Amino acid sequence: MEVISQTESATVMNLTQYIQERLQQKKILLMTHAVVGYPSLQANWDMLETMQEAGVDLVELQFPFTEPSADGELFVKANQEALKNGIRRDDYFAFMQKATEAFDFPIFMMSYYNPVFVMGHRTICEQLKESGSSGYILPDLPVEEYGDLFTYSKAAELHPILLCAPTNTQQRLQEIALKGSGFLYCVARKGVTGAKTDIGQNVDRFLARCRKVSELPIALGFGLSHGTDIQNLHGKAEIAIVGSALLRSWLEKGKEGYQAHLQELVENCFPK
Amino acid sequence: MQKELFEFKRPGYYGPYGGAFVPEILRTTIDELTSAFEEAYADPAFWPQYVDVMQSYSCRPTPISYLENLSRQLGGARIYCKREDLNHTGAHKANNVMGQGLLVKRMGKSRVIAETGAGQHGVATATMAARMGLECTIYMGAVDVERQRPNVFWMEQLGAEVIAVTDGTATLKDAINEAMRDWAASMENTHYVMGTVCGPHPFPQMVTYFQSIIGKESYQQMQKMTGGLPDHVYACVGGGSNATGIFLAFLDENNIELIGVEAGGKGIETGLHASRMQGGQLGVAQGYKTYFLQDAEGQMQETHSVAAGLDYIGIGPILSYLHDQKRVRFESATDEEVVEAAKMLIRQEGIIPALESSHAFAAVIREAPKMKKEQVILVNLSGRGDKDIFNIADAIGDEKWKLFLKQKVQQL
Repeated sequence: MEVISQTESATVMNLTQYIQERLQQKKILLMTHAVVGYPSLQANWDMLETMQEAGVDLVELQFPFTEPSADGELFVKANQEALKNGIRRDDYFAFMQKATEAFDFPIFMMSYYNPVFVMGHRTICEQLKESGSSGYILPDLPVEEYGDLFTYSKAAELHPILLCAPTNTQQRLQEIALKGSGFLYCVARKGVTGAKTDIGQNVDRFLARCRKVSELPIALGFGLSHGTDIQNLHGKAEIAIVGSALLRSWLEKGKEGYQAHLQELVENCFPK
Repeated sequence: MQKELFEFKRPGYYGPYGGAFVPEILRTTIDELTSAFEEAYADPAFWPQYVDVMQSYSCRPTPISYLENLSRQLGGARIYCKREDLNHTGAHKANNVMGQGLLVKRMGKSRVIAETGAGQHGVATATMAARMGLECTIYMGAVDVERQRPNVFWMEQLGAEVIAVTDGTATLKDAINEAMRDWAASMENTHYVMGTVCGPHPFPQMVTYFQSIIGKESYQQMQKMTGGLPDHVYACVGGGSNATGIFLAFLDENNIELIGVEAGGKGIETGLHASRMQGGQLGVAQGYKTYFLQDAEGQMQETHSVAAGLDYIGIGPILSYLHDQKRVRFESATDEEVVEAAKMLIRQEGIIPALESSHAFAAVIREAPKMKKEQVILVNLSGRGDKDIFNIADAIGDEKWKLFLKQKVQQL
């Protein structure tokens, strides 16, 4: 095993610093999402370019999996089609590398645990580091199952982004918060990705509960789609995550519609 | 060993297999279910209540039949058959759903959801829901809806909503994914009635507990009928609930060989099969860790079996553990062997087996002739074959049946 430094690594500092710096100008940051290989790698690249132009702050690139159990209809289809388009592991990491070299925002891998498990904890961490990724998000891996994935992540200067949900007990939230790194990914509501969420008192209460247990920046995702959703989160979360809604815009309105949607989202990240 | 399976060194794990890999949104629900099951398990009144329900509603204890003609024809061991096909709704699935139904009542939930492959578990769940006054939604792969239409008809008549799942390979695994997605949104009033010994803890343990009634009865019945215990016990293995259910009581009798029969489909060499023990690799999906049929990068592969109930990528974690411990031997049977086995049982014994259960018979037909006359085989006939009328008629190529179907269609 490699020697693991006792102090936080440069990249860890970088992400925290990066988030703090971006928050100097904005009330909230925006993290967006793309499923690699859907509708095509070229389309993904166009999406990333559009994100960069619009001023997106963080990006998750989904490594498609045959069993995307936390995803709703649209992303289920996207995973399936991406695999049908022939996207393999090497294609994914090659794309990740190209993207991290070309764009300024930190990029995270989002996937499910099995591809990670099969590749091996150490190998995938080394591969992610080599591809320039800042960390990863695995919605079906509970905190007590990470094992040496935490160790290898630290060695590779990666942030394991942990998820928590409004149905978690306070004790569970605390366990998750203790192990999390980079930011805390808070799932806004029950269900899977893609359905609408009303940012109401329920979300407020949940975010307040998360704040109690963690000093990490708080990201909120699942069901955010419009500028108003972002507005409603000012002062409550540091990062808003928009996934399905943007993909829907791309599919229905093409690149221009996507661009307009992104612009609307980014505008609403600034103080009014 | 039997005891060991219910006393964890690491919660929810059988050796390296099992666990509860669920999104956080479901964590509290899974914890609550685990507590509810543990309370019921510890309650001395619960098992008798369960047995009473099964006796008054589902023909338990199911009999064991001596298959004299088949034994004679094969000319080896004497063959006995546990008649789970005589359960209400025609399969061992009734044991599990009625048990979980009692738990639902204890937990005070008002709606159940379930996945189904062959449709037997769907019909059983819909039946339980009708009986217990619960709302019911069944997820079924679109491919399975096609090949098991009679079961879809009955589920709907029983008041269940049947949703055909078109994602992925449109079979059992996709139905499980979709049921989990429903549950992630509905857990407040909804219980997920997992149909087999798979999925996140506590399902493998809980379903094993309810299905263990098969083995418990068999153990006593065999002693009474034969003055001893069987030498071999056979069961087909999809997820593995009927196999685990009958094996459990015999686990600690080390001289009894336990044989699980997986779907060999069109032959292992063709890649079109569902034999996890021959082509599977350790992985994590559908909420648990076990052997999965997957490629080198961890993407799940397509499976194939003539029997929808065995057409599945994973296998119960308890069975993976027992395989590693060399306590259960795994075999497979091809579609072709299975149809032949079904035909033989129908003709020789007047028993119409489900194509799933016929896998166990295919292995018995292969192995019984090599055994001695004084040896005894017990085989679990997990379900009846009425539901397979379209598939069996198709496989046999019955001309009169085809004519009948044509006429029916013309009448529409």
